Parts: sequence; structure tokens; C-alpha cells
Amino acid sequence: MLAYIIRRLLYAIPILIGVNLLTFTLFFVVNSPDDMAVSQLGEKYVTPEAIAAWKVKNGYDKPLFVNPDAAGVAAFTETIFFNKSVKLFAFDFGRSESGRDITTDVSTRMWPSLAVALPTFVIGIWVNICVALMVVMFHATRLDRWAVFLFVSLMSISYLFYIIGGQYLVAKTWRLVPVSGFHTDGQVWRFLILPVLVGVIAGIGSGARWYRTLFLEEANQDYVRTARAKGASEISILFRHILPNALIPILTGVVVLIPALFMGSLLIESFFGIPGLGSYMLDAIKSQDFAIVRTMVFIGSILYIIGLILTDISYTWADPRVRLN
Amino acid sequence: MRVFFGPRMRTLLLAVLMLPALGCGEPPWNNPNPPSPEGQVVYQSVMSPAPPKHLDPATSYASDESLFLMQIYQPPMGYHFLKRPYELIPLGLEDFPEIRFLDEDGNEVAESDDSLAYTRYTLTVRADEHYQPHPAFAMNEAGEPLYLFDDAAQGRRFSQVPDFPQTGDRPLRANDYAYGIKRLADPQLGSPMLGFMSQYIVGMSAFSEQLAQVPRDGWVNLDEYDMAGLEVEDERILHITIHGRYPQFLYWLAMHFFSPVAPEVDRFYHNPGFAERNLTLNWWPVGTGPFMMVRNDPNSEIVLERNPNYREDYFPSEGAPGDAEAGFLDDAGKRLPLVDRAVFRLEKEVLPLWTKFLQGYYDRSGENHGNTKGVFDQAFIVGPDGVEMSGDVADHGITMSPDVKPAIYYYGFNMRDPLVGGYTEEKRKLRRALQIVFNVEEYLAIFYKGNGITAHNLIPPGLSGHLQGEAGINPYTHEWVNGEAVRRSIDEARKLLAEAGYPNGRDARTGEPLKIFIDVQTQAIGNTQMNWMDRIFGQIGVQVEYRPADWNRTREKLLTGNTQIYSHGWLADYPDPENFLFLLFGPESPLLCKCDGANNSNFEHPEYDELFRKVRVSAPGPERDAMVARMVEIFREEAVWLYAYYPKDIYLNNSWVHNTKRHGISKATLKYIRIDSEEREQRRREWNQPVTWPLYAAGLLLVGLMLPGVTAYRRRQNATARQGEN
Repeated sequence: MLAYIIRRLLYAIPILIGVNLLTFTLFFVVNSPDDMAVSQLGEKYVTPEAIAAWKVKNGYDKPLFVNPDAAGVAAFTETIFFNKSVKLFAFDFGRSESGRDITTDVSTRMWPSLAVALPTFVIGIWVNICVALMVVMFHATRLDRWAVFLFVSLMSISYLFYIIGGQYLVAKTWRLVPVSGFHTDGQVWRFLILPVLVGVIAGIGSGARWYRTLFLEEANQDYVRTARAKGASEISILFRHILPNALIPILTGVVVLIPALFMGSLLIESFFGIPGLGSYMLDAIKSQDFAIVRTMVFIGSILYIIGLILTDISYTWADPRVRLN
Repeated sequence: MRVFFGPRMRTLLLAVLMLPALGCGEPPWNNPNPPSPEGQVVYQSVMSPAPPKHLDPATSYASDESLFLMQIYQPPMGYHFLKRPYELIPLGLEDFPEIRFLDEDGNEVAESDDSLAYTRYTLTVRADEHYQPHPAFAMNEAGEPLYLFDDAAQGRRFSQVPDFPQTGDRPLRANDYAYGIKRLADPQLGSPMLGFMSQYIVGMSAFSEQLAQVPRDGWVNLDEYDMAGLEVEDERILHITIHGRYPQFLYWLAMHFFSPVAPEVDRFYHNPGFAERNLTLNWWPVGTGPFMMVRNDPNSEIVLERNPNYREDYFPSEGAPGDAEAGFLDDAGKRLPLVDRAVFRLEKEVLPLWTKFLQGYYDRSGENHGNTKGVFDQAFIVGPDGVEMSGDVADHGITMSPDVKPAIYYYGFNMRDPLVGGYTEEKRKLRRALQIVFNVEEYLAIFYKGNGITAHNLIPPGLSGHLQGEAGINPYTHEWVNGEAVRRSIDEARKLLAEAGYPNGRDARTGEPLKIFIDVQTQAIGNTQMNWMDRIFGQIGVQVEYRPADWNRTREKLLTGNTQIYSHGWLADYPDPENFLFLLFGPESPLLCKCDGANNSNFEHPEYDELFRKVRVSAPGPERDAMVARMVEIFREEAVWLYAYYPKDIYLNNSWVHNTKRHGISKATLKYIRIDSEEREQRRREWNQPVTWPLYAAGLLLVGLMLPGVTAYRRRQNATARQGEN
């Protein structure tokens, strides 16, 4: 397994270079270094000298990909792309365009992101699986049909509606929890109730419907009929037989998300005032802060790759027949 | 007897019924603010949705950032809080700077003397001005700085300024102002003021070039390098020499760029490893103002606290006419600041902000959030006397603080464009026809609920050069009828269009329809506005094509002159007509200066330019007013802009907030705000009693949903195979 993991990690290098190249190209198609300088310096009294000085100071005074003034390898190394990308691979994220240390910001902001994303993720899966198993238990009954109708309805509603509706009802009309905010003063849970509730409810439709499909496939297998014939209770059949056997597709969809929980959620964090990485990324895009955008995409790619590797590893735990070669 | 619910179900049911009591504590439960420190009055507000990027007075150039900087720093000059028109007052200085005019040899000459080469400003700093307590000033027993480290490891345990156990302070010195100005010239910092101020302050460019050659490894003491235009006479006196005459320099002295910076502070923040933990002057400003920063988490909140070393400062006892009646002088003579602490929270979305304001958790709304307009608009209705508050908002006792910003938003013609540009009579008539047909009053009423004033002049109200009434109207677009300005008729526009060579909106020579192109900024305009413009130009047969682009692309077009009609705006730096008249100064054309010039219309008019040069260097007075009036006249004659308006800003204040008068230029107004915290507490409790029935209902719903499932499950479990077959 170790060889497999090392091989997968090595495969990650060209993927990360490609992602970085793509991010770089897309960013600079929309923004030029001059645009970035103006964005940072303000829009008044900005002289060409000030723009030039900003570019020199921040390392944007070189050509993007190829330096025609340099010879040999330097033609590629004396470029913005090379200089800004190489340090990423050493996990030196440098400073944002406004001068803040990105590593410090990321390490500070990932905790609020996790504080929301982790309970939403765990409770969401638990609720979705329980609901799906219950519906499977009543398969082909009126309850099942109504449940599917409900799931599809829930899926059809925009995520934004859950957020705004949740804030309107729970925080504004009923005044049960703060409408937004985040404080690490021992009462952080007060600020997490609503975003977690919204996240869980918004995910029930698609989650439970997906799991129902997986469980139904298993519910028609011979071993289930055998278990039932042996007198096992429905609860036992669902949790001891169907659930473990449906784990592989569940793990495929779930484990890959675990590392990405650090990255937070753009919408939830923005609406609920959670100072996490999701809103960090959003702010960076708005303020044309390429250093942060590049870093966040890079970290996101790494976490995704780790998620995929963990998924593969989890298969061996869920199904002993799987071998990673 | 068979028990319907098993023990597990009973526990669950009990838990559901107890939900409302689970750890919710004393109501209100929805209070997002942590408890205030005992006995402190805390002002609760929001920061801009885009958190501050720079809090260094040398590099910051955004009004959202000024909100913090101007509470912490004391530039040499400031503005009177209440008086209008805006009035400069000494802030960090004993008195107004003493101004002397010099010739090339340094001899004093009269202001009107042709040999005048320099102006020298002598600044005398206040004797009672002290810095806030800060670790940069902390000394050990030997009188050496306590927190100077040789390597990053020594200071690793400090991640923010409040982590330092020892602090110190010292009086403000004249050299601190000089040091602050030298920092503007430091190429390492990249101050936006460097290019502009180098034109004025003697020796600034040379100083900057000299510094650029200095190898940088850690702190560079700028005191070791001289700038010709700066002379520190003693601890309290500083001379600043600028080239020629530039009366507006006094206004610049009221901006945060000229804030004092203590060299010790600069040295402190250059400690090894500090920058990696964001321990920089860019994030932890240090000043002599009424407040000091005690928490800076731009991701969440910024907290200012009363500076215990702030000098004796009192609420003004004079104001503008009407201020006493409005209650703005009720606190006259009270010691400032009137609040102990100010918390500015990051609130990205409008709905939570608005909800919290109505719940009483924010003291004011609209103060520093550009996106509030959408929700904010629900609070207003257009009544017979203008904008009024809607019922719900008025019932809360909320008050309004309207203000016309010293700003102008406009659509300008590119005067180099072959179709709409040029200086012939035909071109002027074409532009005037388009001006008349663009009904600004209707546009503002529909899209801004009347929160704007049609601009007849490029100088906003409140500044000299702006005239009210009949004398202030643009006679080419409006007439004075029954005591009010009335837009000229569409027929007149048609006539002008025909005289310009486009009868009924068609080119008289080719018969082609007249089509104009408007470059719009995507974030600043919607489809409804474009549809409205289609309709109004359609009245005279003119077709419109829109070229939407983001700001970066719009800027590119402006720089290259590749535009016909463009949208733009300008917010005053200081309350002087010169700051608006320069928007049409020929050399400011981006095509001429090859820079981000402000004259995006590329307007070139020798008389206007000549007058501007004189206005720029002349002192206020009738002669200057006459020149300004002539420049405004040229602006109207030449019809340089399609339309323009002065935006109105409205803040809403909860009833417990006092001294809410707006200041269009200065942000240093936090020290005047007074909060009635008892009333606030009472209102918050009144407005935020939780509604608990939904919790019980949700619990019962859960049970109700589970019950049939449990029943069906039990029935199924108890069923026999034979029964199933039946």
C-alpha cells in the first residue's frame, strides 16, 4: 500500500503544476499586473512610476511566461510564473498583495471553517443515512413515494433560499439565535446552530435520495432476503447488513470531501459572517489578490488529491477484497 | 397495560420538550455581541464588506480605511465637526501653520511677488499630545528599548500587539511628522502619494531616489537621510517647504498621509519575524488620537479603545445654523471621546446587517457598507417632502442622517471622439440635445428613490463655486420657471439635434440613424437602467449601444481614449473647488499625461486650463470665485458631460445614538458619538424576546413524523409470514 500511496503522491506533482498553470493563465487573462497595482494603490493620483514601483516590489515586473531578454533556462525562470509558482511547492505561500502573511491567515481561518463544516458534514451524513434507511424500510409504500417527492422538492430549492429563509425565520422572526457572527469566547456554538441547521436541511434532499438509491440496490440482494428469512429484525438488516455493503459508493462520495472541509463554504461563511477560508477566497477574488487565489487553489488541489487517496485507502477498510497495488 | 412509548422514546420526547430550556440562558438569545466590559460604553458598528487592506498612513488610500486611521492618528490639521462650509482647524498643531513665501534664494517675498519660488509652512506641534501606550515605547531599566530582538525566535511568543506585557509612551515630537512624510517617499512602501507630493515637497523625489539605493536589511532609520523640504527646528517646530504656491496643501495636512510616525514604532515593527505574524504598522497603527487599536482581525472585527493618553479635548460649543435646535450642541463642553470602545464587525451580506440593526445590535446602519442600498431602500418612502422613513422603521424611533456627499457621478463625452467630441457649434448642439433628453431628475427618482441631486455644475453643494437657485442652473439644459429649475423640452432637443445635422435622429448626409455608444461598468448598471436610457434617447430618434466591461477594462479604454461616452465618479479629497475643476484640466487627460489622469473626457480648452493654473495657486477670495465661475461657464457651454448628479447618502441611527451629524470630508468623528447605553439595553430586551413555540412545534413535528414510522415498523415486525401473504 505504501508504494501505491507514494506513486499517487508523485502523480500529484504534474497535476499540481497543471492546476497552477491554469490558475495563473485564467487570472492573468482577466487581470494584468497593472490592474493589480491600481487595485492595491487606489484609483486616485496613481502615477506610472507608482505602478512600476509596486510591480518591482511585488515581483510583477517580469514577463508572464517567457523572458525574451534572458538567455537559456533563465528565459523561463526569470518570469512571474516561475517565481510565483516554485515557492508554492515548498509551501512558502508568501504575502498577500496587501502585505499579510498568507500562511498565518490560512492557519487562523481554517478553524472557523472547520467549526462549521465538520458538524454540518457529520450530522448531515448521519441524518441522510438514517432518513434514507427509514425510507428504504418502507420501500414501495405511500411513505416512500411521499419521501421521494419531498427529497426532490428539497433538492429543487436554491441553497440561498435555505440561508435567507433560515435567517429570516429562526434569527429574525423567532429571535432564537444570532443572525450571523462568530466569537471564540466560549459561546461559539450559538453562532454555529443556524449555519449547521441550514447546511444539514439543505443537504437532506440530495443526500437522502442518493443513499436511498444505494441502499435499495443492496436491499434486493439475496443476502438481505436470507437475513430476513433467518428472522433478523429490520433494524438489524438495515444497519448490520445493508449499510456496510453500501459503504463503497458512500465512501467514494464522502471521504474525498473530508480534507476539503478545511476550505469552508463560500455562501455559508459569507452570509453567516464566519471568518473562514471560504470567505477568504471570495475576498481575494474580489480584490484581485492573486497571491491568495493562487495559494487557495493550490491548497484546494492538494486537499482534493489527499481526499482521493484517502478514498482509495478507505476501500480496503470497507471491503477486505480490495487491494491497493 | 401496554405502554405506548418505550423508555427510549420517552427520553427523546422529554428532550424535545426541554429543548427551549437547553443552555439558552437569559434572553435575548440572539445577541451576537459578546458582553461589554464592565462600565464601558461600546459603540457597535460594521466595517466595509471588503475588509481594510492597509492601515499604514503612508499606503492607505480608501475611505473605509480612513475610518480607522482617523480615529487613531492626529494629522497636523483637521475639520470642525459641526461648522459648514467645512472649516479647517488645527489638530496636532497648536495653531494654523505659519506660511511664508520665499524666492529662489530663500528670501521672504510677498505672496503676489513674481519671484516667489517656494512656500514654507511652519508647524508647531501641541505640547500636550501623547502617543497611546505601546510596546514600541517600552524601556528597560537602562533606558533601552525593551522589545528589540536579534532574531525571530526571541519574539515568537508575541503574535499581536496586546500580547506584549510592557508598554510605554512619550510626547509627540515635530520630528514624528517629518518621519511620516519621509515614509511617503520610501520606495519600499509604495505610497500612492509619492508621485503626487513629489511635485510639491522640495527634495522628495531626490530623497526617494537616494533611499532606493540604500541596501535594505531590516530597519532603515529615515532620520539618517535628509529631505531638503523638511527642517526640524526643535522638538515642537517643523518647517515644510514646497515648490511655488499651493494653498490646497493645508487640506492635504488634514489627511492621514501626514500623520506622525514615531521612529521607535517603525523600528519596533521591523523586528525579525514580526512581519510573518502580521505585526506591522500596516496592521497595528500607533498614534496620538482619541482611540487606539486593541484588536485587529480583519476577517472578523476591529476594536478600538479609548486612548488613555489622549489630550484634553472637548465637544465644540459652536456649530452651523440649526445645530443647536437639532441637538448637536447638547454635549458642548464635554470631554471627548464620549464612548469607551468601538467595535467594527465584518458583515459581508446586507440582510444580516439590516436584521441586526433593527434588532438593536448595531447602533447605525449605512455608515460604512456600500451594499446596503438594496435592503436599505425598504426603509424609505418618497413623501411630499422628499425621502421619509417607512412605518416599521419610524416606529423603532430610528433617525435619519442625510448628507449630500462632496462627490459627483457622471457620464462624460470623450471630446476626442469623432461623433460626439469636438469643439464646433454643431458638436456642442449635438451634446446639448443629448444632455436635455437625459432626464436626470426622472432617472434619480426611479433608480435612486430621489437620493441624488441633478448637477448643473461640476462643483458639489457646500463648496465655494456652487451656486443655488436661478444663478446656479445650467441654462443650456434648464430654465428657471416659477422658482424652480425645469428641464428644457424634448422639442428643443430635437431642434438642436437637427441643427447639429441629425434631423429626427438621422444623419442628414447619409440618412443613417444616429447611434451612440456608452461604456458602462457592469457592476454599476442594470438592465432596467439601460432600458430606461433606450427609451429616453429614443424620444429624439437616437439609438444606444452599451459596451459593458468591468473596471479594469473600462480603465484601459479610458487610458487609450477608446470610448465615446463613459461613466465615472469623483469623491473629494478636500473641500475646495480646485479638487473638482481639475477633472477637466487639459494636462490631466490620460492621452496627454500617459497616466491615470483625471480628465477622462480629454477636454482641452486653453482658457479653462489657464484659469485652472491660476485657481490652483490663488487664495480664496472674490477674484478666485470669478475665475471658478468662468470655468463652470465653460463647462456648461462646451457640454462636456452627458449628465451628472451629486449623490445623497443616508445613515440610519437607532434612537440611543446622539451627535450623528455627518461630515462629508472627515472621518474623525467617532469621538463625538454618544450612546445612551441604558436605553439601548432596554430596547434590545424589548425587541428581542425569543419566540419559543416553534421549538415545541418542531419537537412535536419530529415526534409526529416518527410515530407512524414506529407504529408501522412494529406492526411489520409483529406480522407473520402468513398474514403477509394474505
